[in-house]
Amino acid sequence: MIISDNLNTYLIIAAILLVIGLYGMMRHRSLIGMLISSEFILNGAALNFMAFNRFVAPNPAVGQIYTLFIMGIAAAEAAIVVSIIIAVYRKYRSEDPEQVQDLKL
Amino acid sequence: MIAFEYIAEALFYAFMILTFMGGFMAVRSRMLMHAVLGLAVALFGVAGLYFHLGSPFLAMMQILIYVGAVCIMIVLGVMLGNTPDQLFSDKLSRRNMFLALSACSTGFVTLFIAIQQTKFAPAAQKVGDMSIRFIGENLLFKYCLAFELISVILLTAIIGAIILARGGREEVAK
Repeated sequence: MIISDNLNTYLIIAAILLVIGLYGMMRHRSLIGMLISSEFILNGAALNFMAFNRFVAPNPAVGQIYTLFIMGIAAAEAAIVVSIIIAVYRKYRSEDPEQVQDLKL
Repeated sequence: MIAFEYIAEALFYAFMILTFMGGFMAVRSRMLMHAVLGLAVALFGVAGLYFHLGSPFLAMMQILIYVGAVCIMIVLGVMLGNTPDQLFSDKLSRRNMFLALSACSTGFVTLFIAIQQTKFAPAAQKVGDMSIRFIGENLLFKYCLAFELISVILLTAIIGAIILARGGREEVAK
């Protein structure tokens, strides 16, 4: 049975990626772990865009362009988050989000 | 010709399993470095899925940007932010684990039912193709503003990252 040419397959894979990201967000008790999980959520969204682009969209460039934008924003977000984590770690000597409750650096 | 289709299908299964295994590793492992490795493996699998969706360009970009840049940046964050005895993230209690699993499975079942119930009609007519040339034309004309805004966002992110990571260095030096 050919499942690689079916829209629902990709949508379900994207849903699983989203769920993996959500679970990791709850499970990891460090800021880096939460950053990793957010990358999974972003990838689920990007895979959805690509799947709809391939099977449904009238203009097959739009989904690819949106996925490129998601990649760019994810790169910017990762850079910002990593530098915030470094700043937080320098201040608190810890990456536990429970201990970093006041925003003042 | 039929044989190639079977090989492509087998590769699709391989990439799908790679994605899930990477995700499982990223979520379950208690060492953060293993979690980053799992993320890289899963992103590689997603790149293979992009290839199956008819866009080799996006697959290459995924490997280049995500596996090549974002993962390396996260690895740097892990190495700069942690002393070796803090590399492990704490384990959840049994009750919290159950709550997290049930929340996630509820969300997944809802999405699954919604996906199965919805009928997605393909577009009546298609313009253009999946080629890089067409993407480039769209980026330069129709989505020019968004393209420029992305570069502004990246510039802002670079400057912000430098300022954030720099702050407090003088205090340490004193």
